Amino acid sequence: DTSVLAGLYGPAEAKISKELPDRAALEVLLRPKVGLPGVLERSREQLLRQTCEAVVLGVLHPRTAITLVLQVLSDAGSLLSCCLNAACMALLDAGLPLAALFCGVTCALQPDGTILLDPTARQEQEARAILTFAIASSERKVLMANTKGSCSVEEMQQCLAAAQRAADAVFQFYRDSVRRRYSKS
Amino acid sequence: QVWQIRLDVHLLNHDGNITDAASIAGIVALCHFRRPDVSVQGEEVTVYTPEERDPVPLSIHHMPICVSFAFFHQGTYLLVDPTEREERVMDGLLVIAMNKHHEICTIQSSGVVMLVQDQILRCSKITAVKVAEVTELIQKALENDQKARKEGGKFGFAESIPNQRITTFKMESAAVDTNDVEEQAGEIIAKADPPAEVFANPVLHTPGTAQIGEGVESSWGDLEESEKEEAAEEEGDSEAAAFECEKVETEDTSTIRETKNDEPIVLSDSEEEEVVILEPQELPRKTR
Repeated sequence: DTSVLAGLYGPAEAKISKELPDRAALEVLLRPKVGLPGVLERSREQLLRQTCEAVVLGVLHPRTAITLVLQVLSDAGSLLSCCLNAACMALLDAGLPLAALFCGVTCALQPDGTILLDPTARQEQEARAILTFAIASSERKVLMANTKGSCSVEEMQQCLAAAQRAADAVFQFYRDSVRRRYSKS
Repeated sequence: QVWQIRLDVHLLNHDGNITDAASIAGIVALCHFRRPDVSVQGEEVTVYTPEERDPVPLSIHHMPICVSFAFFHQGTYLLVDPTEREERVMDGLLVIAMNKHHEICTIQSSGVVMLVQDQILRCSKITAVKVAEVTELIQKALENDQKARKEGGKFGFAESIPNQRITTFKMESAAVDTNDVEEQAGEIIAKADPPAEVFANPVLHTPGTAQIGEGVESSWGDLEESEKEEAAEEEGDSEAAAFECEKVETEDTSTIRETKNDEPIVLSDSEEEEVVILEPQELPRKTR
């Protein structure tokens, strides 16, 4: 089971070199399970940052810094979408103003053309292409798409449609989690 | 040749006494780790993959566990395993690392407190008791994990998180209704614009750089040429030669493209983007 621990800090005072005059500056740090963060982590951090900046209403908190730290605890496939989900839940739990929620869904395209949602590590290795989508909660629009491998346009559209269906289940999970959390306290 | 072992300790939550927690985590990780099996025959070394031969555990001689003591009021009060708040206000800290054979591996004292001999002896007795408990817990956990792995049950971090707490939520894998997915996708594609023309043959200038397509003709060149024409008409002949060279180049590359359809075209190890070919049969030369 893939697990990612997310910690969100902010909106806090930003360093003068990093502050933006009209909006909040969002920074994402992704720490791998083994070793020091490398180039792959840096590129994933930028992907996550762009996705979060699209939903966070940064203009309500100018000249502040929002820091999101993600720690990979275990990786059994679909890591990027797990990071996306963890990021959104962290934003939710922290109470930051958001325009929409988002969720991450990974699709694996097998060599024979079948689509697998949320593939395991073994399935990811054998797949012809792996597509990760960040899907917003308003009208299921696509916030981010990341592809590894080659696929045709039709296959990508099919994966996207399947991911949009799966997003419903993930958003339901968000709702249940938040309800349980705030009903007990 | 030796093995290098790397131990990464990730601190997830700091509520005091991270030394003890980190030491326990570290020693358990080392006990749990399995390295690939190796066989040495004279000078030859073969390393087997985990699929070929079962990985082998490290040889751990003993398990040192740290226990921390916080002192208050110049040694009057003693707290074992301090929390974050207690750590902040303590006078001094004593860390003793001991294994279950009652051998002290490390003693470390810090802070403004001065300790008396019998205090340290008392602490080491407390440590012995704690270490015995912790070592037993570790052994049980390692055995459970080994059993789970052998019997095919679930193991790992996600399983060990307690389930019914407020801060952890689990959902079993959910079924997703994908009945109309293909039709929906087909509709989207039918309405979308057709994709741009595909350039199938990349042109390799150097190993590591390739050029697909020719790009838009730069209008900078037009400006320069028109200026040159106005300024220096005696260079008209060389201009004409330059134009011809360019034409020849495009013709040449297009013929190359026709002949080799699937393979990428390697021009040379020239480092420029524009290669001026002086004669059709000659190989392109470096222009700088």
